[in-house]
Amino acid sequence: MNTPTVEPVAVVTDVAVARPSRIARLRSSLGPAGTAAAIFLIVVLLIAIAAPLIAPYDPDAQSLLSAFAGPSGAHLLGTDDLGRDILSRLVYGSRTSLLGPALVVAVALLVGIPLALIAAWYGGAVDAIVARIFDLVYALPGLLLAVLAVALFGPGLMPAVVALSIAYIPFLARIVRAAARQQRVSPYVDALAVQGFGVTRIMVRHILRNIGPVVLGQAAIAFGYALLDLASLSFLGLAVQAPTADWGVMVSDSNALMQGYWLPVLAPGVLIVLCVLSLTVLGARISGERPQPYLRMRRATRARVGTGAHSSTTPTGATP
Amino acid sequence: MGRLLLNRLGGLITTLLLSSVAIFGSLYLAPGSPEDVLFGTRTPTPAARAAVAHQLHLDRPLPVRYWDWLTGVLHGNLGNSMVTGQTVSSRVGAGLGVTLTLVGISMLFVLLFGLGLGAAAAMRPGAVDAGANALTSVSVTVPPFVASTVLISIFAVHLGWFPSSGIGAGLGGELHGLGLPACALAIMNCGFLARITRNALLEELGKEHVQTAVVRGLPRRIVLRDHVFRNAVPSIATAVALLTSGMFASTLIVETAFAVPGVGQLTISSVAQKDFPVVQAVSLLLVAAFVICNALSDLVQALIDPRLRTAGRTT
Repeated sequence: MNTPTVEPVAVVTDVAVARPSRIARLRSSLGPAGTAAAIFLIVVLLIAIAAPLIAPYDPDAQSLLSAFAGPSGAHLLGTDDLGRDILSRLVYGSRTSLLGPALVVAVALLVGIPLALIAAWYGGAVDAIVARIFDLVYALPGLLLAVLAVALFGPGLMPAVVALSIAYIPFLARIVRAAARQQRVSPYVDALAVQGFGVTRIMVRHILRNIGPVVLGQAAIAFGYALLDLASLSFLGLAVQAPTADWGVMVSDSNALMQGYWLPVLAPGVLIVLCVLSLTVLGARISGERPQPYLRMRRATRARVGTGAHSSTTPTGATP
Repeated sequence: MGRLLLNRLGGLITTLLLSSVAIFGSLYLAPGSPEDVLFGTRTPTPAARAAVAHQLHLDRPLPVRYWDWLTGVLHGNLGNSMVTGQTVSSRVGAGLGVTLTLVGISMLFVLLFGLGLGAAAAMRPGAVDAGANALTSVSVTVPPFVASTVLISIFAVHLGWFPSSGIGAGLGGELHGLGLPACALAIMNCGFLARITRNALLEELGKEHVQTAVVRGLPRRIVLRDHVFRNAVPSIATAVALLTSGMFASTLIVETAFAVPGVGQLTISSVAQKDFPVVQAVSLLLVAAFVICNALSDLVQALIDPRLRTAGRTT
């Protein structure tokens, strides 16, 4: 969050003769965990897009005769209580499970970024009012907001998405505002203003570009948590509705659970966890939380407290 | 200190008032008027509809109804459930104790494992820290509903140690029934607290006064107790208050998953039944719990850390 610019982290090659390729630079800046997360997310995204090509069965096709079948050649992950193929439902479920959070983050960014930029640019009363509104909305739990929206408009993906979008606006906007305020006071902004560039141009083409990695990283993290919230709501039967293939809906299949068939319930749960894990790892990497300072700090502190007084590390190494 | 308290209290009351207006207003502006819920599928005569509306005071203007409701709430009268006819306060009161116990037990788990894991990670860099880091990275992404299903699958269905739904009678039965829900609620929060604890401790460990203390030859135990842990307490306490507020929101999910008769389950079931008076009361209650915990997270720092007391405001 501190460093808004992305420079590739320590491009370590023994003989740095040629400039590493784009992919290699991306890989090194994401680190092994970030790369793995990115690859996993790309695969999930491709599966969601190409669902009809990949899914071996119709996700809604029931066959009660083969209900609760274990994994087999015909059904790789078995079937659920109505004999529907679990793998196919997982594949199709990725569509609704990813679409909801994508909408939430998109709306939150579209509303939050302009508000945050304006607040950061003008400061003073405008900033105070916007910050106050953010604080107020931030004080309400998104999940409760969504439950209330469902009470109003009936269950469905859209009410839940709208309510969560409102709840996620302050989450993203507060970060954008803080980052933009740092940029606002830097000399290049004054220089541009003096040269007569318009406010909008400076805000969008310069400030927003410089804080881009932070916004992108935090948006990825918000995507993860929106996915969690929407899946929770679908689990409660408030967002995506039952016959539709959706990961949250699949986890709510207590029928299978009570009869000891854990695969229909656990498989979507594991997918949700993996997606959120990848998104948070990737988001943290993109927004610039890199492990390097940590390592320095860890070694320094060990030398100090762990082994006693004979430490030659200087205190400067401790604070990143 | 007094000023800070007043400041926070003012903010608290403002938030609660505004959210009560929002909750009350939105529920009555919703499509499908409340009396329709009572009539169900029957189509009432206009006279019958008017009579019911009059009985429920629905024919009065909205601000008047809000004022009546608000003064009622302040007198402890939350109205009557439109579905069961019981007073809302009796329905909510029955669930409140269960929810508070659930959050209490869960917080106990979080403190025990979160603090322990975080401290271990900070004190033992290397393998322990890496292991703890991997564990917390995963646990912060396990949502309560996934945790619930995993715990039910293992401990209720396969091992049969705990009930999969509902809670037993008496204190013993209640605690036995709340064991798994509390775990489900705790898993994500344990991860968060462990990370926060680790980072807070590492930050303190890196401070110069700690180095000075070590150089002076103070025993490691005393350095850790008086210089490291003591200074890390405010940020950890803040995190605990924030996590508690999040837990109240998560009770909606966990109580439904385990059929625990608490406020969270009451919220979801009354939303499904469109029982507006109950929805109003419980959502206001949850908002209150959430907002109070958030305010506490601000105040607790000032309470613990004397340096902040004179500041008047923490923002």
